[in-house]
Order: sequence, then structure tokens, then C-alpha cells
Amino acid sequence: MDLLRFATAGSVDDGKSTLIGRLLLDSKSIFEDQLEAVEATSRTKGYDYTDLALLTDGLRSEREQGITIDVAYRYFATPKRKFIIADTPGHVQYTRNMVTGASTADLGLVLVDARQGLTEQSRRHAVILSLLRVRHLVLAVNKMDLVDFDRATFERIRDEFAAFTARLNVPDLTVIPISALQGDNVVTRSENMPWYDGSSLLHHLENVHIAADRELRDVRFPVQYVVRPKSDEYHDYRGYAGQVASGVLKPGDEVMVLPSGLTSRIAGIDLFDREIEEAYPPMSVVVRLEDDLDVSRGDMICRPHNQPDQSQDVDAMVCWMTKEPLRPRQKLAIKHTTRSARAVVKDVQYRLDINTLHRDADTHELGLNEIGRVRLRTTQQLLTDPYEQNRVTGSFILIDEATGVTVGAGMIN
Amino acid sequence: MTTQPTYRLSQLDELEAESIHIFREVVAELERPVLMFSGGKDSIVMLRLAEKAFHPARIPFPVLQVDTGYDFPEVLACRDSWVDRLGVRLLVASVEEAIADGVVVDDGRTSRNRLQIGTLLHAIEENAFTAAFGGGRRDEEKARAKERVYSHRDEFGQWDPKNQRPELWSLYNGRLHEGEHMRVFPLSNWTELDIWDYITRERIEIPSIYFSHRRRVFERDGMLLSESEFNPLREGETVQERTVRFRTVGDLTLTGCVESEAATLEEIVEEVGASRITERGATRGDDRFSEAAMEDRKKEGYF
Repeated sequence: MDLLRFATAGSVDDGKSTLIGRLLLDSKSIFEDQLEAVEATSRTKGYDYTDLALLTDGLRSEREQGITIDVAYRYFATPKRKFIIADTPGHVQYTRNMVTGASTADLGLVLVDARQGLTEQSRRHAVILSLLRVRHLVLAVNKMDLVDFDRATFERIRDEFAAFTARLNVPDLTVIPISALQGDNVVTRSENMPWYDGSSLLHHLENVHIAADRELRDVRFPVQYVVRPKSDEYHDYRGYAGQVASGVLKPGDEVMVLPSGLTSRIAGIDLFDREIEEAYPPMSVVVRLEDDLDVSRGDMICRPHNQPDQSQDVDAMVCWMTKEPLRPRQKLAIKHTTRSARAVVKDVQYRLDINTLHRDADTHELGLNEIGRVRLRTTQQLLTDPYEQNRVTGSFILIDEATGVTVGAGMIN
Repeated sequence: MTTQPTYRLSQLDELEAESIHIFREVVAELERPVLMFSGGKDSIVMLRLAEKAFHPARIPFPVLQVDTGYDFPEVLACRDSWVDRLGVRLLVASVEEAIADGVVVDDGRTSRNRLQIGTLLHAIEENAFTAAFGGGRRDEEKARAKERVYSHRDEFGQWDPKNQRPELWSLYNGRLHEGEHMRVFPLSNWTELDIWDYITRERIEIPSIYFSHRRRVFERDGMLLSESEFNPLREGETVQERTVRFRTVGDLTLTGCVESEAATLEEIVEEVGASRITERGATRGDDRFSEAAMEDRKKEGYF
């Protein structure tokens, strides 16, 4: 059994919470006591049916406002796969949450209301998912029951969305007509839509092929921690602990340590008390080298003929996540892989209008929930790859040095 | 015919790799971590993952247990066995001592579970810990579902759910001001079933009360509680011997057991997989008082 992480997005009324409730319920991930609580609340509120959205509205402030205010993580499993859902609110002021949820997702699920068709928000969600390099996109056209399961309505929305995403980097798009409330095409194929010959949403989630998405060519091993036991039994042991960002490492491989540029060979790879034959993403292992080099946290192990970029100049798409805008000459802390440094903003080259994809070059700032192309200069060299090629070595966060708060997320060009 | 390697990890291996990454990240970046140990299965799985993260070195931080005075003896025995084997330093913060020292106030109505909050925060402050690993899982409860892996606490130990730091990729932000600390949840993405599958796969030693056994119990508020000197019977309550096991481990005055014949790990996995009631809903009096019980306790600084 493997793991699929997906992010969901939709407007407040698209029925996203209902759909998630439905997936959890129909995959038997909802327990009786949880369901009873929701049924009781629905009755108290005088609803005609059990409001499955109540299953996922976590915090009291959300229940009071009737909206979802933050990223919530949900879990369910079928005999085929375990799923982690990053459930993000769809309304405009919370772009940062959607970026957060999409950052770890293999697949993005966008919901639209069949009666409304595509909205500015559905387009925005597709743009964010593609910017965050979510390879697989599913558009669920919801509330098909309210348009009499009409094929033409579905196809119009499908074609319009396909035309829009053709301008984005979306390698795999699937469009499914559903009714989250009634369960049509959620777990099983719907009899109400015989004209639809694709798979149900759950069937698609269970079978979508994500293995090929892992980057296995470029060896990138950011050193996280040096293991030195200082015990009699392991007196000379010195191992470099970390999580494989990409590529496959094997004992005997010739490797280079950056930024020093010194080379050695892999003497062994340890996973707890076992020596293993190869390490690949996202394994957390300890690598031992044949030579006694000076290697520390923040260094990166790669292959001599396949190295990441080394530079103090960073050119990236940045999503800004705080009220006080990002401005030229602003100083920030930056965390990239296991390396922390300081950065100064050189300029904002343009702001991306995520509704129209228009690049606004007249602006020199990024406000809350805005995304733009930014150039930074860092105090230390960063060891990077383009985000498009490598999500681990291509991403960074920006931290306000005074408050300690994460204020920006960057994807390197 | 040779098959191409798929280079895909199983869900347990992927979760393990993620948790180990979190342990190492905290130790590399935050000066004084501690692991909050309840003796329950989740905190034992945490210890196992910490053992793996730093092997062959010892776990480079101590283990802190908040002793309510109402702990199951079987749980304490298991704790000691783990601590001895790993050679890790154990700190015990006692709720009774905290009451005696006036750190927390026992008004006779507040449960020991709630008094743990003050005791824990005091221990964190006294020892100047900057990070405390907790065994919380996001599948446990709705408020937890929104908590970050690195959960920032202000100088009062409080959690502000509306003002959490965004957490992207696996880039954790461990920045702190004086007096603040970080709660870190390496098991955030594990479910109850993952925990049991992992315990089974790794043959991890857990307290015997998780397995089916005969026990003298009585019914209160729809829960089966253990007969004990700490649990005086109320009017109309009668003790019976039943075949039970515990699904969670906590203060024995509040933690109920369920009737079960599951005596091996495999049988427990089967039972958990088929169970239709959450582990907290079934057996934890502390979470049942209000729909927002956990949210409120977390804001104050609960585990």
C-alpha cells in the first residue's frame, strides 16, 4: 500500500466539505460517534439532511462562521492506498493556505458547482496548483443532480477548463461529473449519468500513477545532521543523516560534497541497524563516506558530474503571506533545504495576476496573498535546482527576523 | 523476468522517513528538546522513531513524563523497560508535587488531566526546554487536524489556532523568542491504524494493558473504568470481572477500557480496522465534556 497526498480547493459553496465527508464516510473512515455528533447537530439546526460538512469544520471559530479558515489534514485509506487530504479553504483571502496545502500534494482536486460553471476562483486554484508543480489535476464538476445530470452542461465546463489549463503546466487533467451530496461518481459509477464513461473519483484517486513523478536522476542529499555516537562500540563512526531529495544513492558511488567540492565514495548507507543497497526519495538514511571529509549540516552530497546551481542570487516566484508587503531592500531570513541564511530583496520584477495570468511589471511590492517574481541576494551560496525539476532543492521559505513568522514561500526559476 | 524497481515506499516507510526527518531537524535547530512520554502506544512509537533517527548514537534528548499519580502500574513498568534499554534520561514531573508546591491548584473538581497542563508547562519552563515532542496525531480529533507539525507556543505555553505559521514542503520554521517553545508532532500524519501496523511490523514493546485481559471494572457514563483505590465507587455502581483491553492509556480515573478478546498485535490490528468508534470517543472521559474540549485544552497548553 502506498501513500497519495492530495489538496482540495473550492469556493465556500462548491460542496468541498460535503465531498470530503462523503469520501470519508463511504470509505468507512468516519466513526459512529463522529457521525452521531454530526447527525445530532444537523437535527438541532433543523437541516433536512445530515450535513457532512460538519465532519471537517474543525475549530469553533469556523463552526461559528460556517467557513473553513485554515488548512486541515484528513486521512482515509482503502485497501489500495492511504490518502492524506490537505483541505484548504477556497475564499480569496486565504491563497496562502492553498499554497501551503499544495506544496506537499501529488494531486490537486478542484471543485466547481455545475450551476455556476468556472469561476475566478476555480481558475485561480488551477494556477496555484500548477505553480506549485502539482502534476495531477482533477476537476470535479459537483452538484450534477441540480442540473438534471445534464451532459451538455458538464461538457461545456470541461472544455472551458481544459482550454484554460492548456496555458498552464498541467501534465495530467481528469474531469469528473459528481454529486457529493447524493454520492454520484464519488465512490461508485453513477447510474444517473450513463453518458459518462470515465471512472469514479475514488477509483481515479486509487489508481492514478504517481511513481514516475519522483525525481530519480539527479542525486541530491542535503546533510541534515552529523551522527557521531561517541561511544566505545562506535568510536570512529561518522555518518551524515538526511532525507534523500532526489536521485538514487548506492554504496561505491563517487560523490561530491558541496560547497567544498571535495569528492569521495559512499562507504555505506544505514537505515537504523541495517545497511541498505540503495537509497531513494523520500527515505531518511545515514550516509557514510570512505574519506574523512569536513561535512556539516547545510552541505549537499551529489554526483561530481551532476551538481545543483550554486549561487547567492536567487530568482524565484514568491507567494507573500503576511500583511506588511514585501519590498525591495527588505531583509529576511531564508531556509532552503537544511541551510539557513539571510537574504535581501533586490527587486520585484512583476506581480502575477492569478486570474488572468497577466504580469504586472509596474508594481514593486507584493501584498498579502500575492504571487510575483522576486530576485534575492543571500549571505551564503544556496545549492539549488529549478523548482520545476526538483521540489525539494527548488523551494524555500522566507522568515521575518523580528517576529520569527514564516512570511513567504518561494519556488526557484 | 526481472522487474524494474519501482522506487516507491510503502505508506509506513514513508511515514517513518518523514518522522525521522522531523526528529533530526528539531535536534539540529532547537537547542533543548525533550520528548513528552505518556507511556501510551503513540509515545512509544515516537521513542522507537527517535531511536532510529540517531542510531547508532543515543537519543540526544531526555524523556519527560507527567505523573498524574493515577498511572497504570503496567504502563510505568513498560516505560522503565524502554528507558533502560535506550539509556535515555527520564524526567518525571509529578502532578502531586506540583499541587504541594502550589504550581497548580487542586480544587477537588478539576481532573488530573487538566492539572497536567500546569505541571507540564512548569517542567518545560524549569528545564528551559525549547522544543517538546508530542505524540499527537491529526486523525485523533478535529482541532488537531489543523495543528502544524511545529506548533508554536507563546511564553504562556498557549496555542493560537488562528495565528499559526504556514508550514510548507518539509521546511519547518523553528524560530523562537525568549521564553517561547515549540511543540513538535512527528506523528502528525499517522492514523491509529498506521500506529498499530507499525507496532506489529516492528514488534514494539507496549504496555500489557493494550492486550485483552481479565479485569475488575465498573460502568460510569457509558465507559468501563478500572477498579482502583483512586476510583471510589459511586452509588449504584457495581464491579464485575470482564475481558477487556485499553485503546488509549491515560489517567486511570478517566480512561475506560473496551470489551475485547484481542490478545495479539494481529488481533488488535484486525479489531482497530473494524472498529466503528474513535479511540477517544470510546474511552476518554476528558474529551467528552464538550464538542470543543480538545481545542480549549490545546489553547491552554495541553499536549
